[in-house]
Amino acid sequence: MILSHNQASLQSTKKRRSTVKSALKVMKYGFFDLLRSRWIIIYTLFYLVVTSGLLYFGGDANQAVLSTLNLVLLVVPLISLVLGLSYFYYTRDFIELILTQPIGRSSVFLGHFAGLALPLVAAFLLGSGLPFLLAGVRQGADWRVIASLMVAGTLVSLIFSALAFWIGLVNEERVKALGLALAVWLGLTMIYDGLLLLFSILMQAYPIERSLIILSLFNPIDLSRILVLLQLDTAALMGYTGAVFQRFFGSYLGILISLGSLILWTALPIYFGLRSFKKKNF
Amino acid sequence: MVNLQQVSKSFGKLEVLKGLNATFEEGKITAVVGPNASGKTTLMKSILGLVLADDGQIQIDGETAFHNPLSRSKIGYMPQKAQFPDNLKPIELLNWVQDLRDEKSPRLHALIDYFQLTPHLDKPLRVLSGGTRQKVSAVLTFLFDPPVLILDEPSAGLDPVASSRLKDKILEEKRRGKVIILTSHVMSELEELADEVLFLLEGKIVFKGSLDEIRKRTGEPRLERAIAKFMEGRGL
Repeated sequence: MILSHNQASLQSTKKRRSTVKSALKVMKYGFFDLLRSRWIIIYTLFYLVVTSGLLYFGGDANQAVLSTLNLVLLVVPLISLVLGLSYFYYTRDFIELILTQPIGRSSVFLGHFAGLALPLVAAFLLGSGLPFLLAGVRQGADWRVIASLMVAGTLVSLIFSALAFWIGLVNEERVKALGLALAVWLGLTMIYDGLLLLFSILMQAYPIERSLIILSLFNPIDLSRILVLLQLDTAALMGYTGAVFQRFFGSYLGILISLGSLILWTALPIYFGLRSFKKKNF
Repeated sequence: MVNLQQVSKSFGKLEVLKGLNATFEEGKITAVVGPNASGKTTLMKSILGLVLADDGQIQIDGETAFHNPLSRSKIGYMPQKAQFPDNLKPIELLNWVQDLRDEKSPRLHALIDYFQLTPHLDKPLRVLSGGTRQKVSAVLTFLFDPPVLILDEPSAGLDPVASSRLKDKILEEKRRGKVIILTSHVMSELEELADEVLFLLEGKIVFKGSLDEIRKRTGEPRLERAIAKFMEGRGL
C-alpha cells in the first residue's frame, strides 16, 4: 500500500515537472517571437520616452511617479488587452500546431500565456523602470514608491493580458472580442470610477466607507492606484477610495489587502482562461 | 491501429458526427471523402484530440486519445493550410519542435533534402510561398516517424515535383506499415493513393470499402462520377 502510494506520488511529481518543463518550452518560443516583432519594441520605447520626459520636465521624482501612475493605469490595460487579443488570434493556428504535438493542454496554455505576458511585463519594467532607476533615485524619490509602481504595472499587465486571452478563447469573432475588450477597458478605467463617485455623492448622508472599500476590491485599476498611493503620505492626493482605505486599514494592512486582492485578480482570469482552453475544440 | 467506437460530436445544436464506428489498419491508406461540412475535418481533429468528442471512444494502439498528449506522439498531422509564426525560420521551427518534444530526429536532414527545402531554411517563414510552407509542414509530419499519419489535402498548393515526391513518400510510409488517413478533392490523387474510401454523409459513415466497390455499386467507371453520385445520395 505504502509503496504504491509512494509510486503514485512520484509519478504525479514527475508529471508536474514535465508539465512545467513543456510550458517553459512553449513560453520560450512566444517570448522570442514577440521580442522580434516591432510592437513590443515600440511599447518599450513609448514608456522610455514618456517616463524620461516626465522625470526631466517634472522636476520632482514623486510627481513623476504620480504622472506615470495615471498613465500606467490608463495605457497598460489598453495595450495589454489589444496586444493580448491580437497575439492570441495571430498565434491561433500555431497553437493548433503545438496541440498536435504530445504536449498537454495546461502546459500549452500556461506557456503560451507566459510567452505573451512576460515580454509585456519586461517592456513595462524596462521602459518605465530604467528612467526611474537612473534619474528618479538621484532626484530623491522614495524607492518604495517606485517599487510599488513597478509591482502595480506588472500585475496590471498580467491581469489584462490574461483577460485578453480569456476573451479571445470564448469569442470566435475578432471584432466582437475587440469590442468586448474595449468595453472592459472603458468600464474599469472610467465608467466604474464615475459610478463610484455618483454613488458616494448620492449616499453622502450615510456611512458608506465599508461599501466603498468593498466596491474598490472589484476593480484592479482602483486597487493598483490604492497600492501606489498608500506609499505616499499625501492623503489629499489619494482620491476618495484611497483615503478611505488608509483611514480604515492603516497603510500597512491597506497595502497587504490591496496587494492580496490584486494577486487574486491575476489568478482568476488565468484560471478561467485555462478552464476554457482545456474544453475548447480547435 | 486507430479505432473509433460510437464517436459523436455536436457544436451547439449542430450534430457533426453521429456515432461513428471505424477501424483504420496498418499498411492501408484510407481516404475520407464526403461533401463539404460532412464532418471530415472534425473526424480527423477528433483523432488528434484537437476536437474533444462528446461521446464514444477513440483509441490509438489501444490507448485513449481523449486528453492524452502521449497518444499524439504517435500521430503525424499535415493540416490543409499550415500556419507558422511569421518571425521564425524553417530551421528554427524544426529545431524548436524537436526541443519541445525532447526528441532529436535522425530523419531531419534527409527529409529537408527530400523536399528540397535547403535553400529556404534561413528565410523567415512569412516570406516563404504557400507551397514552400507546405513542404515545411510535410517535413514536420514525417519527422518523428509516427505510426499514424493524418493528412488533410496534403498536396494542395504544391508544385508537380513536390507533389509527386510527397505522394511517393506517402506510399513508402504505407509500405512501412503506417496507418494513413487522408482527405483530398483531387480524384486522380485518390486513385493513386487510396486503398479504401470512407464515405461520410451528414456525420454518418455511409460506406467504407475499396474504390472498385464504389465503381461497382454506382455503375460509373470514372471515380469522380461515382463519388459525385454517392454524394447526391444515389447508389447507396
